[in-house]
Amino acid sequence: MTHHRPALRGTCIALAVVALGTFNLPAHAGEVEVLHWWTSGGEAKAAQALKASLQAKGHVWKDFAVAGGGGDAAMTVLKSRVVSGNAPAAAQIKGPSLQDWAKEGVLASIDDVAKAEKWDTLLPPVVSDIMKYKGSYIAVPVNVHRVNWLWANPEVFKKAGAKLPGNWDEFFVAAEAIKKAGLTAVAHGGQPWQDLTTFEAVALGVGGADFYKKALVQLDPASLKSPTMEKVLGTFKRIKAYTDKGASGRDWNLATAMVIKGEAGMQIMGDWAKGEFIAAGKAPGKDFVCVAAPGSAKAFTFNIDSFAMFKLKNEANVKAQKDLASAIMSPEFQETFSLNKGSIPVRMGVKMDKFDDCAKASSADFGATAKSGALLPSLAHGMAVPSAAEGAIKDVVSQFWNSDKMSAKDAMDKLASAAKTK
Amino acid sequence: MAIKAQPPSGPSAGPPQAGPRPLAGPAAVPRSRGAPSHWLPKAVVAPSFLLSFLFIYGLMAWNGYLSMSASRLLPNYEFVGLAQYEALFESERWWVALRNLGIFGGLFIGGGMALGLLLAIALDQKVRVEGLLRTIYLYPMALSFIVTGTAWKWILNPTHGVEQLVRQWGWADFSFGWLVDPDRAIYCIVIAGIWQSAGFVMALFLAGLRGIDDSIIKAAQIDGASLPQIYWRIIIPTLRPVFFSTLMVVSHLAIKSFDLVMALTAGGPGFATDMPATFMYTMAFSRGQIGLGAASATIMLATVAAIVVPYLYSELRVRK
Repeated sequence: MTHHRPALRGTCIALAVVALGTFNLPAHAGEVEVLHWWTSGGEAKAAQALKASLQAKGHVWKDFAVAGGGGDAAMTVLKSRVVSGNAPAAAQIKGPSLQDWAKEGVLASIDDVAKAEKWDTLLPPVVSDIMKYKGSYIAVPVNVHRVNWLWANPEVFKKAGAKLPGNWDEFFVAAEAIKKAGLTAVAHGGQPWQDLTTFEAVALGVGGADFYKKALVQLDPASLKSPTMEKVLGTFKRIKAYTDKGASGRDWNLATAMVIKGEAGMQIMGDWAKGEFIAAGKAPGKDFVCVAAPGSAKAFTFNIDSFAMFKLKNEANVKAQKDLASAIMSPEFQETFSLNKGSIPVRMGVKMDKFDDCAKASSADFGATAKSGALLPSLAHGMAVPSAAEGAIKDVVSQFWNSDKMSAKDAMDKLASAAKTK
Repeated sequence: MAIKAQPPSGPSAGPPQAGPRPLAGPAAVPRSRGAPSHWLPKAVVAPSFLLSFLFIYGLMAWNGYLSMSASRLLPNYEFVGLAQYEALFESERWWVALRNLGIFGGLFIGGGMALGLLLAIALDQKVRVEGLLRTIYLYPMALSFIVTGTAWKWILNPTHGVEQLVRQWGWADFSFGWLVDPDRAIYCIVIAGIWQSAGFVMALFLAGLRGIDDSIIKAAQIDGASLPQIYWRIIIPTLRPVFFSTLMVVSHLAIKSFDLVMALTAGGPGFATDMPATFMYTMAFSRGQIGLGAASATIMLATVAAIVVPYLYSELRVRK
């Protein structure tokens, strides 16, 4: 192995030179290890921006990137690291899972940063509540994705002589017209989470924000078995007739591609779909249109990425961790990141002039719904209820979507018992 | 998996009876206790024994303990008795998984072995390009289940697979949507599974067939037995040990089937093709229900043990 040594020594020297040369190491230089799965395209670019801003403060950034999107693999690695007492500084965890982690006693409070920077005034309360455990901030929000969007191809609508739907009745009129024109009306990917994404959009559009909150956030048994829920399930099931036969198991981006290519008219999906349109060289407003999912123009279901902060032993690293928290909440990073990711900043009052029209609309609605109380956590994206209950509800919704034998009444009974899953 | 074909007939048709003489026979020289030959073998085996003991049996025991704990996101050791098992058997999804394992296991093992045996018998009829055919049939086994699953997902997909093809040939009403039908999707997994394993089963049976003494068959022919009779009454019964080892191999493939399901349907539509292994993965790793996942893993272990232990017992007893 001797032949490796000169190379290794060379690297060490080079690193030392870089370390001494580029930044005059401040006394409090620490190391931040960050677990994230921003490994592709625009996301990776955004992560680089964060890295640069921390290095500018003199800290050492250590990536703990685990490939394989979605994060199941990353979570498994994280669990083993935390159990063995070697937690990273921050990890990409979101929604009620934050509470689960906090209950295990492994998350650190970053209240001093939050207080100094007045986070309570920068974030809508429904968002900051998710970031807090027993009143203390334990996580930093990064960005907001709006889930209740409908993406449409105007070319297809013109061909079919249909108009963009504002409510579910209009939706079915438009869908019928597109179907008659020989195209697929609704591009759908038959994976359980996509079934649930559609379901929650219907629940919001048919039942309204209050119903959504009662039934899908608070899991109130009476609402889950109410006539409104029956209507929601009926509407949800009606959509299936307008999807194509090959939908089962399809990935969301392939469904988006159907809309892009003009094979399908519309798709109900969060604003990450926009990235697919833009990557295909399509312009918002011209080649594709974004409107709120039918009947939900005055509501907003959010999917917020956040970083949980873990308890660390080393003082310098704690300082670095706090700088990380502050950097994530800074207007510059919020802007850069969302521009790259296709989302909108979670910090209110960030300038939106560099963003496209869809993002501007999203941001305006985010502010408006935060005041009206119609800003709601997305069930399908792990924001509303703990993962066990979410999974059980997802099973029922997906089963109802796929099965021709299950009645809405059966589905409601099953939903009510799924909601009790702990 | 290279099966060296022995000539179908001839003096050396039987299985090799005498292997090479064992190298380490009873030592002629009595060894002293301090000699390396006395402790060295134990020392060499000890680490791997220790590791496998720890990482197989130790983790099994840990899993058993977790299945009786209130573990959710992270392992925790609050004892809850059999509550996780109660929750498991109240879960509809678990019953679907068990039912699927029954359907898949039965058809996959039965179908795979029947098809494999038929192929082996067909190849045993002294066909001309046997070597080539054997390779073709055996080839699917060289693929991973992920490849098999993905390929069959495309083949069976109604919008760009078989259905589309037949429609393009002119049968416009042809419909084959098993993959997207919650009641039939499980049979798609059976089809893909059999496709993959039948060649392997064939190879095992073919090796067995080649091991049968030709003179028995000739004697039967002289007695006037027809070919089907010879196979049914003589050859297949002689293949009994091959049946057992094949059954062992395929049934464990069935119980641990995970990658095939993941690639072909990912448990869908809904959870219609969930299997115990995919159930366990979902609960333990995506839904933060480690206790429930551990309970399902224990049930799977018990199922495997129920098959393996009697088999090992009978095998070991025969060897005495």
